[in-house]
Formats: sequence, structure tokens, C-alpha cells
Amino acid sequence: MPRFYGTQVDSCLMLGTAGYPSPAILAEAFRTSGAGIATVSLRREGGGGQAFRELIQGLDVHLLPNTAGCHTAREAITTAQMARELFGTSWIKLEVIGHADTLQPDPFALVEAATALCRDGFQVFPYCTEDLILCERLLEAGCEVLMPWGAPIGSGRGLNNPYGLATLRAHLPDVPMVIDAGIGLPSHAAQAMEMGFDAILTNTAVAQAGDPAAMAHALSLAIEAGRLARAADPMGPRDMASPSTPLIGKAFL
Amino acid sequence: MKITINGTQRTLAATTVEEALTEAGFTGTVATALNGTFVPAAARGTTALTEGALLEVLAPMQGG
Repeated sequence: MPRFYGTQVDSCLMLGTAGYPSPAILAEAFRTSGAGIATVSLRREGGGGQAFRELIQGLDVHLLPNTAGCHTAREAITTAQMARELFGTSWIKLEVIGHADTLQPDPFALVEAATALCRDGFQVFPYCTEDLILCERLLEAGCEVLMPWGAPIGSGRGLNNPYGLATLRAHLPDVPMVIDAGIGLPSHAAQAMEMGFDAILTNTAVAQAGDPAAMAHALSLAIEAGRLARAADPMGPRDMASPSTPLIGKAFL
Repeated sequence: MKITINGTQRTLAATTVEEALTEAGFTGTVATALNGTFVPAAARGTTALTEGALLEVLAPMQGG
């Protein structure tokens, strides 16, 4: 099971809390999946904040506040400082968005913000791409977890660049890595776990499913299957067929 | 003094962030930033408002 900044988490599934049909269905999705971490955000207080606080406290999971929607390092740093006080945790899912259409991270501002936040005692979970050099810079900045995307946020396209992700995993085998964004189906999550990633963070795949609680359960099963498969040391693919039934002793007919 | 709270302009008698929160009716647990800089809860009583200041008052919300 994953360990982030010294904290053992009992599930490889991390769930977002946005876009569910109702608070009751959100809570049910956490219950059916056993997700160990919930991502949350901060927005202007308009009356619903305190009820949401009670709801997430009732989930009995670790909270990971995000800096979603921030487009500059300064915005993200201020948001992280506010989140630390509001949620009482030094964990921060650092998002610095670089493009409005793709919602891909701005790698330069991301490193800048991560550097400042790590110096300030934050435990940073950076939402990043699978770029190896960017990930190395984030580790140098003090990050001990990486969150490479599978595909753009909310796209449900799965792992867009499995080769790049496999390269990243191979080069940094000991860094806890969470595939964040782009997961649409349990099979996507299983694939990521089979590749050796430590956890999956998803929101839209669950919240936008016809039956969010059932999808959350399905994702948790797929993630567990992928995790067990990775530990079982799967065979490599071959170009040619190889008979599984022994040829020795075959009848001459 | 005129300040902007969460995007809405208000005219308040308050002179500190703490007083502005009370006068504007915020009762729950919130986090504050003044002109883009975080103001910790413990510093709200001593953080002075200035004419035209931008005060952000944030609460927990759903997120991915």
C-alpha cells in the first residue's frame, strides 16, 4: 500500500469530491471503494462550505487539498497557505495550470511553486506531466511524491503516453507516483497499476458515471487486481506464438 | 471604507480583516487573503484594511 511523506494509506485509490449527483452518493462512493484519500479545494465562502466540511470529516479519510484553477505560482502558493490553515494538513496537491484547453500543468511555474512550498514546510503532491526532466526538477525542489497525468483532466482517455509513463517509472523506481487525471475506466486504472504506479487519483470517472458508487467499487477492484498483477511479475509480450501445450509426446497420426 | 470581499464591493466601518469578517457576517471556519497575500487567522485582528483592498474569504469546497 502507498506511503506518502511517511503516512501509510490503506488504499491505492484516491477520489475527488467534485461533481457528484448528491452528497449522499459521494459518501456512498467512498464507502463502496474504500478510497483512502479525498481531494478537496477552497472556494469563496457562499454558504455551503461548512456543510461540506462536515461531510468530508465524516468520510474518515486523509484529506488532500488542491490548488485547482491556479495559473501562476503566486496564486498557487497563497492558495496552499490558505488550505494548510483551513484543512489542518501540510499536504497539498499542487496544480499550476498552463493552458485553458488542455489544463496541462505549466512546468516552469510548477517547479517555482513547488520550490517555495517545500521550503515553507509543505508536503507537495505536484500534478505534472510524464516529462522525466520536469519530474527530476520537482524531486530536487523537495517533492517526495509525483502525480503524472494519464491524460487531460476530465477527458477519460486513459494513459495517453504509456511509453513515457513506463520510462518515468523505470527511471525513478523508488519515488511514490500517483496517476492523476485522465482515468475513465477501471481498465485504465488496472493498466497503470500493472505498470508499477503506486496509486490512482480519479474524480470524473466516478462522479460522472451513471452509478458513481458502483463505478468507485469497480475502480477499487481493478486497482487491486493491477497491484497484485504487478507484484506477481507478469510475463513480457512476445512477437511470435509459443505453444503452451508441450510438443513432446504428441501422437504421430 | 470601501473594500471588495469575494468580488463584491462593500462599504464597511471595519478597519481590520477580523472586523470585516464579522461585519460581513462570516461565521464559519474560513481562510483569508488580503490583496493576494495569505492572512493567517491569528493575524486577522492586527491586519489593517486599506481603501480599495481586495479581501478573499475561502471555505472548504468539492475538488478533484
